[in-house]
Parts: sequence; C-alpha cells; structure tokens
Amino acid sequence: MGRFEYAPAPESRAIVDIKSSYGLFINGAFTEATDGKPFKTVSPASEEVLAEVSEAGPADVDRAVKAARKAYEKVWGPMAGRDRAKYLYRIARLIQERSRELAVLESLDNGKPIRESRDVDLPLVAAHFFYYAGWADKLEYAGAGVDPKPLGVAAQVIPWNFPLMMLAWKIAPALAAGNTVVLKPAETTPLTALAFAEICQQADLPPGVVNIITGAGRTGQALVEHEGVDKVAFTGSTAVGRAIAKSIAGTDKKVTLELGGKAANIVFEDAPIDQTIEGIVNGIFFNQGHVCCAGSRLLVQESVYDEVLARLKRRMGSLRVGDPLDKNTDIGAINSAEQLARIRELSQVGEDEGSERWSPECELPTQGYWFPPTVFTGVSQAHRIAREEIFGPVLSVLTFRTPAEAVEKANNTPFGLSAGVWTEKGSRILWMASQLRAGVVWANTFNRFDPTSPFGGYKESGYGREGGRHGLEAYLAH
Amino acid sequence: MYNRKQAARNPIRLGRVTTTDTGVDSLADVTSSEDRLRRFLLGLPGVDQVGAEARAAALSTRSIKTTAKAYALDLAIQMIDLTTLEGSDTPGKVRALCAKAKRPDPADPTAPQVAAVCVYPDLVATAKFELRGTGINVASVATAFPSGRSSLAIKQQDTRDAVAAGADEVDMVIDRGAFLSGRYGLVFDEIAAIREAAGDTHLKVILETGELVTYDNVRRASWLAMLAGADFIKTSTGKVSPAATLPVTLVMLEAVRDYHEATGLHIGVKPAGGIRTAKDAIKYLVTVNETAGPDWLDPELFRFGASSLLNDLLMQRTKLATGHYPGPDYFTLD
Repeated sequence: MGRFEYAPAPESRAIVDIKSSYGLFINGAFTEATDGKPFKTVSPASEEVLAEVSEAGPADVDRAVKAARKAYEKVWGPMAGRDRAKYLYRIARLIQERSRELAVLESLDNGKPIRESRDVDLPLVAAHFFYYAGWADKLEYAGAGVDPKPLGVAAQVIPWNFPLMMLAWKIAPALAAGNTVVLKPAETTPLTALAFAEICQQADLPPGVVNIITGAGRTGQALVEHEGVDKVAFTGSTAVGRAIAKSIAGTDKKVTLELGGKAANIVFEDAPIDQTIEGIVNGIFFNQGHVCCAGSRLLVQESVYDEVLARLKRRMGSLRVGDPLDKNTDIGAINSAEQLARIRELSQVGEDEGSERWSPECELPTQGYWFPPTVFTGVSQAHRIAREEIFGPVLSVLTFRTPAEAVEKANNTPFGLSAGVWTEKGSRILWMASQLRAGVVWANTFNRFDPTSPFGGYKESGYGREGGRHGLEAYLAH
Repeated sequence: MYNRKQAARNPIRLGRVTTTDTGVDSLADVTSSEDRLRRFLLGLPGVDQVGAEARAAALSTRSIKTTAKAYALDLAIQMIDLTTLEGSDTPGKVRALCAKAKRPDPADPTAPQVAAVCVYPDLVATAKFELRGTGINVASVATAFPSGRSSLAIKQQDTRDAVAAGADEVDMVIDRGAFLSGRYGLVFDEIAAIREAAGDTHLKVILETGELVTYDNVRRASWLAMLAGADFIKTSTGKVSPAATLPVTLVMLEAVRDYHEATGLHIGVKPAGGIRTAKDAIKYLVTVNETAGPDWLDPELFRFGASSLLNDLLMQRTKLATGHYPGPDYFTLD
C-alpha cells in the first residue's frame, strides 16, 4: 500500500514581522544603547541571522533600573491591586491573541518544535499572566502576612530554553505583587521578550514598569549587581547562580535561584508500560532536553529493564527530528553551537567511560545545530553522564533492585529539582514522594507545568519557589 | 478449555503472518485453564488513563497535508466496512448500499471501493448477490448482536446462518456481562465456539468498549479475544455511546502490536461508530502508523465501521483534486 510519509506541513513565517534591529526597551520606549556593541541572533535550525540586537552596557542598565525605580515609586507601587490586575489581564489576553505569532517567533529564535511552542509554551505563558492577575488584589490572603508589601525593583535574568515562559514566570508574579522589573533575556533568544515589550506598549502599561534589556553575561552581571535593585531572580546554570549569590552577599537584595538538575525518572516493574515509555520520551526529549527539570537519568527496575529498553528504542525510532516550524516535528534544533559542543563533549565522555551509546537512524539537516535523540546504557552513578547536566537529548539509563535503592540513587546527586515515579501502586508513589529530595515529584507523568503549582529546587538546583501562591512570596516583604 | 493451537490450525489466514512456535506455545499455556487465563489477563501492564488520552491527543495534532492527505483519504476509503444495522433495513436499502460500495463517487471512477458491506445475517444473501465479482466482502454481525444476550446455541446458529448465506466476515459480540463479572473463561470459550462455527470466515470480535469503560478492561478484553482466535478486534457495535474513541483504539493497537511481538501473528483492529469526518479518520491512520506500525496500514488489518464517514472522505478527496468543495448533494445518500 506504500508508506504513510507525512508531507511537509510548515507553519507560515509570514505572521511574524521581525525588525532588522532592536533597541533596548526602557521606560516604555525602545531606545538606542548608549554603550555596548550590537549582536546578532540567529535561527539555530538554519544559522540564518534573524535580527540585530543591542547590548546594554552599564549606563543602559543604570537607565533601566532608574526607570523601574521611578515607576515603582510613582505609579505601580501605589496603584491599587485591582488596577494592576487589569493590566495583567490585558497582557494575558494580548498574549492569547498573538499566540500564533509568538509561537512562530519562539520556534524561529529558539529552535524548539512549533508543536511545543504552540501547545505548551504559549498556553502556559498566557495562563501564568491570568493566574497572577487574579492574585493582584488578594495579596493579603497569600500567606505572606496581613499587609504584604512589594520589594521594589526586581532584576530578572532568564535562560534560553523557554524564553517567553521564563519571562512569564518572572514578570507575572513580580508585577502582581506591585514590583517593577528589569528583565534580561538570554543572548541567543531575545526576540520574544522584545515582542513582549511591544505587548506592554499595546496594553498601555505605565512606562518603566517593565524594562527589557538585551545582552550577554556582562549585562546580566551589571544588572544583578546594580545597587538600585531590591530583588534578584535568576534561572540558569548552577555556576552563574553561584556567582550571583556571591555577588549579592552582604547586600539587602533578596534572591531566588532556579538552577540545574539531573532528575531521576524512576520506573517500577508494575508501571503502566506504554504511558511510561511516553513519559520517558517526554521527560528527556521534550524541548531537545533543554529543560532544567529533564528526566535525564532513567532508573529502571532490573526486572523490567529489557522490556523497557526495547520499547523505548522502538518509540525513539518514530521521533521526527527536523525543521522546528514543521507541525509534525517532535525534536527541533539545539539552541546554539556552544550548547551543541557541550552535548557532543559529554556524549563523547560517556562513550569513553564505557557506556553504550545508541540513537535511532535519523537524518539530520546539514545546516544549523542538531543532535539526534540518544540513549546511553550501562551507565553507573560514577559516570559523568550520570552526574553532570548535559542539557540535551541524551538519556542515561541505570538500574535498581528495590525501592530503597531507587531512592538512594535518585538522591545521590548534587541537584534536586525534579523526579518522576512510574508505578500503579498509589502507596508507593506517596512514599517515594516523601523520600525524594526534589522540588517537584511527578507521578505517572513528567514535565507537566501549571501556574498554580510551585516549582523550584533542593540543594544545587537553587532556592525559592516560582509559581502558585509560593511564587508570590518571593516578591513580597513580610 | 479451548486451545490456541486449534485456532492456529490455519494461522496463515491473512497470507502474511508467520507463526513463531515458541510464542504460540507459551500463550497456549496461558489458556490451558481458567485460572491461568485469569492470572495472565490481570497481570497485563496497566493503562494509565491520563497518559493514554494525552498520547492520543498528541497524535491528533499531526498535520497531514497534500500528498500524505491524498494517500490517507484513499486508504481510509478502502478500509471502510460500509454499514447498515437498523431494524428498518430492507433488501432495497442493502442493494443501494452495495451500489455505493462498488462505486462510492459516481462522478469520479478513480475513487476506490470500500472493503466490505456490513449487514444483519438475514440480509447477507442480498448483499452477497449484489457484490458478486467485485472483491468487496460481505460482513455480517452475529451472536445476538448488539447485546449478545442469548444462549450459546443460538449465537452459534446465528453465526452458521450468516456463513451459510455467504458472509465472508463475521462480527461477533462478546458477553460483556460475563467479562465484567470476571468470568473470563466463559467469554473465552464463547469466542472459541463462535470461531469454530464461523469456520474459515474472517472473525471480528466486538468488545463494546463503551460498556467495558476502563482502558485496563479494553487491554484485557483485547488479549482475551486474540487468544481465543479473533482475526480482528473491534471497538463497538455502534449501538452504545461512546462508540469508538481514539484512546481506546490506541490501547487496542498497542495490544495487537504486543501480540504480534509475542506470536508473530497479525491481528486486525476495527474502530466502529462515531467516526464521521475525514479529519477523524486521518487521526486514526496516524495512530495506526505510529503505534502498530505501517504493516497495519492495510484493509486486511485495519477497518473503519462507518457509514457517513464515506461521503466526507469523498468530499475531501474531491476538494484535494479540484480545489473546491462540491455541495453535499453531489454525493449519494447510500
């Protein structure tokens, strides 16, 4: 009968209007950078230059923080919660209205499949603004004292893996609580944050409440170290998180850090097998594995190891790697050449240390940054690929014999962001959740997010919580 | 109890299956006593409802365009069991349906024929006569369809009647009451007895998943039917709501895939009832492709029990070829 070959089904780029260059969004308007050199942002799927973006130097950072301070003192801080809520609801609705455009832009700049930016990222972004809009006039019921106050100006630095979603996680609670923000998106994925700046204009948000400055590490450092900042919120690598913690030590600044992870995804012999395989795939290959809470360590009970591996490999064979804008793509491009090099390096280390590497046959595009879905078997706790965050589509498989051993192995990591448990036994799920040292424990699912649910880590995965009522506390003075 | 080896007496029913003796032997053990069968079915891995429905929803987002769509539409037409199962059916109605089966689109002779016409046993002879020489099969429901509430003797006679009248395929119903009360051996023996009565006629076993309700039950009933000698497992009679759903079909496709892995035998799957649009049919084909695999993209192994679906497939087919939708009046009622 012939094969069922899916014809290309690309989402149209025409809906997105990318400017050739962008300034910095300070005090409600796009302005030229006064110091710092412009840099280019490329599409990781094709290496095509999408736009030129300004680098904010120390003087620009200072302008942005002062604008935020002024807006905090004159407008946003004194504003009634119900009025702040109106702006947040308006932003949420604008995001929904422009979600198709924003999804395409996100996939272009980040390399993630349009299926994910359309069905996961954008709905969650809007949901986050809607959720925190609802809190803005109910802060006294948030469990942060009878009359909680905002902190002031928040410096927010976000990563490239979920550019717009991380922006929403940072900006929505900050604004709901009455803070103003200066946000720096990652240098490889600034475009949706700049589109969000336009949405702030569209929503008539008072100038200075949200400021978006672009740049790389230097800009971020200048921002978090600026003395006009009251609160620092960072999501990214543990190394940078540590540097931020040091730099603000001894100051009055409050800080929340959401850092790396090396989550254990634990499969018991009585797991619902077909859904477990989907969960393993979703745990590590969602967003090319560029997920801090990715289930990158698969712990399988030895009694079902062969079956799980065989089924996992079969399923990996049906993953579709390619053009992020094709609606049938499951795995898109690696975000940058730098990240690709790191994934390659650690995968090589895995082979050198004696683990067995396997990938399904798949043709990778010649242009752009690509890495096939990969699984390593014969991995032990001592191997680097079982300890270090790879942040790519690479799964390390380990085995265990008893629940206690699963817990020991899962917790035997400097990280503690998330974990997954797969079993049909409810009592075991509850016991495991109480034993695992991880901020999020998923039961019979993985990588599910909701604005009402707090998210954050143990140990080197950071501190503070984002999302839910807990996420407000990070932006309120007790 | 019935032995799977007997059912495997003629394992090459589809001309493509290969039997691995070890697989069939080990599963024959499973059916050697009611106790073993029960333990085997209850020992099958569970199905997580949320996960199964999420997987089906994800498969539904596949975007099938241009050449892929043309392929899928024609394949779906060839997989249809064009069905009429009403108390008001008459020879005239069945003759009209047969004409439609032979030439689905009067305006376009390139439109393929459907796989089969599905009727009640008393109308098999009429359909058989109308479809002679066309290669289109006549399928007959049997075994006190749709409730299955009758004695085994009557169900067997119902089956023999259908076969004697010339049915190429028999669609039987399982005893859902027995299944839900845990009498798996009874269900098994009944399917096996109908298998005997049907002879070499293609046997489709209707699970009526809308009455089994849970996906765990769907998986168990699928295995039970396959072990007892089904050529096809079918979701529904079409008389109970919900009829076919994508997650239920997904679970059944996983079952036939796993059964094939264990035995080398290919068992078909037939969702029936409630599939009315080409868009829905394509979602099912995507699910077949990415679950059981390309082997099942064949009318020998996958069917749609449907009636109104055909016209939407034809309409989309014309749209794809000409760029515009003809009105519904350009397609025949039956």
